[in-house]
Amino acid sequence: MAKRIDVSGLSAYYGNFRAIDDISMTVEPRSVTAFIGPSGCGKSTFLRTLNRMHEVTTGGRVEGKVMLDDEDLYGPGVDPVSVRRTIGMVFQRPNPFPTMSIYDNVAAGLRLNGDAKKKDLDEIVERSLKGANLWNEVKDRLNRPGSGLSGGQQQRLCIARAIAVEPQVLLMDEPCSALDPISTLAIEDLIGELKSRFTIVIVTHNMQQAARVSDRTAFFNLAEVGAPGKLIEIDDTERIFSNPSVQATEDYISGRFG
Amino acid sequence: MATETPPATAGPTAPQPVKGANGAKGATRKGDRIFLGLSRGSGITLLVIMAAIAVFLTWRAALAINADEASFLTSFEWDANATPPRFGIAVLAFGTVVSSIIAMVLAVPIAVGIALFISHYAPRKLATPLGYVIDLLAAVPSIVYGLWGALFLVPHLTGLYEWLDQYLGWTGLFTYEGGAARSLFTVGILLAIMILPIVTNVSREVFRQSPKMQEEAALALGATRWEVIRMSVLPFGRSGVISASMLGLGRALGETMAVATVLSPSFLIKASLLEPGGGTFAQNIAAGFKEAGSMGRDALIASGLVLFVITLLVNGAARLIIARRKEYSGANA
Repeated sequence: MAKRIDVSGLSAYYGNFRAIDDISMTVEPRSVTAFIGPSGCGKSTFLRTLNRMHEVTTGGRVEGKVMLDDEDLYGPGVDPVSVRRTIGMVFQRPNPFPTMSIYDNVAAGLRLNGDAKKKDLDEIVERSLKGANLWNEVKDRLNRPGSGLSGGQQQRLCIARAIAVEPQVLLMDEPCSALDPISTLAIEDLIGELKSRFTIVIVTHNMQQAARVSDRTAFFNLAEVGAPGKLIEIDDTERIFSNPSVQATEDYISGRFG
Repeated sequence: MATETPPATAGPTAPQPVKGANGAKGATRKGDRIFLGLSRGSGITLLVIMAAIAVFLTWRAALAINADEASFLTSFEWDANATPPRFGIAVLAFGTVVSSIIAMVLAVPIAVGIALFISHYAPRKLATPLGYVIDLLAAVPSIVYGLWGALFLVPHLTGLYEWLDQYLGWTGLFTYEGGAARSLFTVGILLAIMILPIVTNVSREVFRQSPKMQEEAALALGATRWEVIRMSVLPFGRSGVISASMLGLGRALGETMAVATVLSPSFLIKASLLEPGGGTFAQNIAAGFKEAGSMGRDALIASGLVLFVITLLVNGAARLIIARRKEYSGANA
């Protein structure tokens, strides 16, 4: 249930503006890869190219290649909808469907796939909520609206919703930036558990978080405001935080800019 | 009309007034005091106007209803100028409600479709002019709709009438024996066109405000465009669409000139919607007011009071529907 992502020569545009330039990297399966870098360096944009969410934005356009094992995600005839069914995403702010109950939120993706029987659904919902460490808190109120939960619980609900469809990859776009420290800790613990089953990519502004949760870290930077973001280096997290090979990485990590 | 229509989106998301540092002691600064006085005065004015209308209607209506020799609610006749006066609103209530229902059934699905097309499907180049055209439709005076209805719609609808008679005549609702298409059904079609802009515009605004993050949530789960709309846009817009429909219904219930121009009225209720006959409150008032004596006018005012009550009930029902789903309908942001 986890695949390798291989990106080569990828650039992304908003209209005529090139947001990220010529990025190549490999994301290992069953591991956590963190993207760090200053605001505007294109790390979120890059993340959204991995499940073809970038092109949803007006003027959004991508050049280059993204391979999921041996499937080209931008190949001709590839349906972005089916790409997104295999690559799940968790957003910066918790976004459960407010009109749906907790149960329906988790089941939403399965119902889209259309192959859900009621009994299987109960099982998958329970398994997913347990997988997101939320089951014990909500098992008595599965039919209550998801918007009634706390922010941290909502974010775990969103994670449960994403993993319910058993994706190959889980993308997380600053999943803790709207949460308090306790909820953040809960999510970080969860990421540690989930990486045994999924390939996880997480964008974070919090360098300690990257150091805590990730196996590999990629540092993005931009030359100046208005210039496209570039991948500076990607390496084992330990190495990036102790002995990076590029000076700019060390400057950023030690807080000299950014 | 305008007095009892809730703002389209205010219901579930309206911010609660904050009672705090300033509220408790009352406004102390001059600017605050003036503004408080102005806004409070505006609120009171609204209540005074409503009360004045209600008192006027009730008082004149009571005079007429007391003098009425027929049963006011169930009688089919309208001889308010005779002595003793005999009149009832059964036909008017039937005609008003039926033509408005036809208008809603036809207009709301189309309006929601147009609104979704503009807000979520059409490229911006097409969406903007389309929005203008809809606005233009709202700017056409109702008498013009009436003329168009009488001179264009009525002669061109006979084909549709015959078709309905042939395939749906067995229901009893759509039997047609020839003649000009000046029936409640034609009125319903015309009203549908007239309420299309308001329902479309309000729905479009609501759909446009549907939160991006929920749409992205659906997209990221692998939803197609239609599924995104079904999962995040329509549930969010539900109460707004109900409010929009109520605005439209309010207009349909009260529409006067267009109905008066198209319908050939009579004080008979026919089972078939395609047969001429029936009437509506507003049309009957417009048609009868000039020739009415003082009792006749009071009778017409009494019928106006009933229309007023019907509109209130419709709005109340809409609010109930919206309130029942309240905890599910708030945007989570």
